[in-house]
Amino acid sequence: MPALLTLSAISKTFANGTVALGPMDLSIQEGEFVSLVGPSGCGKSTALRLIAGLIAPTGGTVQFPQGRPETGFVFQEPTLMPWADALANAMMPLRLKGVAASEAEDRAAAALKRVGLSDFLHAYPRALSGGMKMRVSIARALAAGPKLLLMDEPFAALDEFTRQALNDDLLALWAEDKLTVTFVTHSVFESAYLSTRVVMVTPRPGRIAAVIDQHPPVPRDASFRLTPEFSAYAGHISNALKQAMEGAH
Amino acid sequence: MNTVLKIAIPVGLGIAVIAAWQWAVTALAISPIVLPGPDAIARAFVSDFANLSAALWTTLRITIVAFVLAVVGGVALAVLFSQSRIIETALFPYAVILQVTPVVAIAPIVTIWVGYDNINAVLLILAWIVAFFPILANTTLGLRSADHNLIDLFRLYGASRWQILWKLRFPSALPYLLSAMKVSGGLALIGVVVAEFAAGTGTATGLAWLITLATRNLHMATAFAALVLLSILGIVIFFVLSALEWALLHRWHESAIARER
Repeated sequence: MPALLTLSAISKTFANGTVALGPMDLSIQEGEFVSLVGPSGCGKSTALRLIAGLIAPTGGTVQFPQGRPETGFVFQEPTLMPWADALANAMMPLRLKGVAASEAEDRAAAALKRVGLSDFLHAYPRALSGGMKMRVSIARALAAGPKLLLMDEPFAALDEFTRQALNDDLLALWAEDKLTVTFVTHSVFESAYLSTRVVMVTPRPGRIAAVIDQHPPVPRDASFRLTPEFSAYAGHISNALKQAMEGAH
Repeated sequence: MNTVLKIAIPVGLGIAVIAAWQWAVTALAISPIVLPGPDAIARAFVSDFANLSAALWTTLRITIVAFVLAVVGGVALAVLFSQSRIIETALFPYAVILQVTPVVAIAPIVTIWVGYDNINAVLLILAWIVAFFPILANTTLGLRSADHNLIDLFRLYGASRWQILWKLRFPSALPYLLSAMKVSGGLALIGVVVAEFAAGTGTATGLAWLITLATRNLHMATAFAALVLLSILGIVIFFVLSALEWALLHRWHESAIARER
């Protein structure tokens, strides 16, 4: 089975001379939940934007051996259109892709239902809590039926309870839809709870410092957080991160 | 403070001032050439109704047309600016020059060029110049202030330049535009009045000319009546545009939240 996406010696230098990323090699298989973990400003977000095709790499290539998959993107901020209600926000990708309004509405409503917002279809973003806005943002990404979901620290700005609830929901959605997720975070525990593979990224320029392949079994649920396997896994990631940071200095 | 008091207090003050004015004019026997009393102004409204309403209609018509053209032109140019940095760099300084040059100073030149026989066109052009800039500047800023992550998301889903403009940049700019329209609506009226005074000719037939004419003939009550109409017109313009702003923004925009609480 060819990989879903392959980054080969990819690097990014911005116009102001900042070397943000690379070179980096990374291959992601279909169905994986890969977390990129590293300190803030280590080029993790740049990697996601390169994968999404929003920016072009300075060097190296991004390849999709099976063809470019339908891609969803979730930012750290909910990034909703304030003038549109939850339903219209979730419909946006479908409408831009030329799906007829009635079908787009059905699919967006279904996606909002999956994230627990069926009672808030016509609520405007300003009436929603931070967690609910993030749910709309996830529903918007899901509505278009993505194969690859790119998430850039999506829960970093949320309180711990909301974050855990959204982590649980994300795992369920990932399993149901057989998504491939590339998830950027600076939280060791979040990456330990969610991932099937954790990639450590060094501070600027972002390079891969370590890859933690072995992982506790999936599916997981909230009780996983209380198991010794979770503690061991998180400890393992934490040590690897520490080593990576020391190696970088 | 409740809503009734918010209306009752300023209205009460207004009535008190008018009563004091009436009393002062009567008790001190002030000449109507210096200061007509409210009763004389009210009588002028009745006796000069035909002149006043004709002048009001002229001023109103030119104000509305100048304002609509300022919105259309300002938005069109702002859209052009948002699509091309080169066009913006080339034209923006000239828009600023047009804005900072006092309209009173341009008025005689425009009057000569366009002609005394086309005085309404002169007023229209001058009012447009005054009203145009806030629309251009604010809409340009608004079109640029669209969320960059949303723009990326639109691109990710294959949006065209036109879709990004129409479905993302334009709604983002709407609060800026509506705020500028409130300023511009008032400026258009001021532009028409100033232009009419500056043109200073009998071919203009708006409220400003009526004031000029009435004061020359010492018909102070008529001048005051025209002044009252101008104020009312300015207030109506402001309220209509505020209502438009509320209608378009209250469901989603932050500016409407404070009003509800």
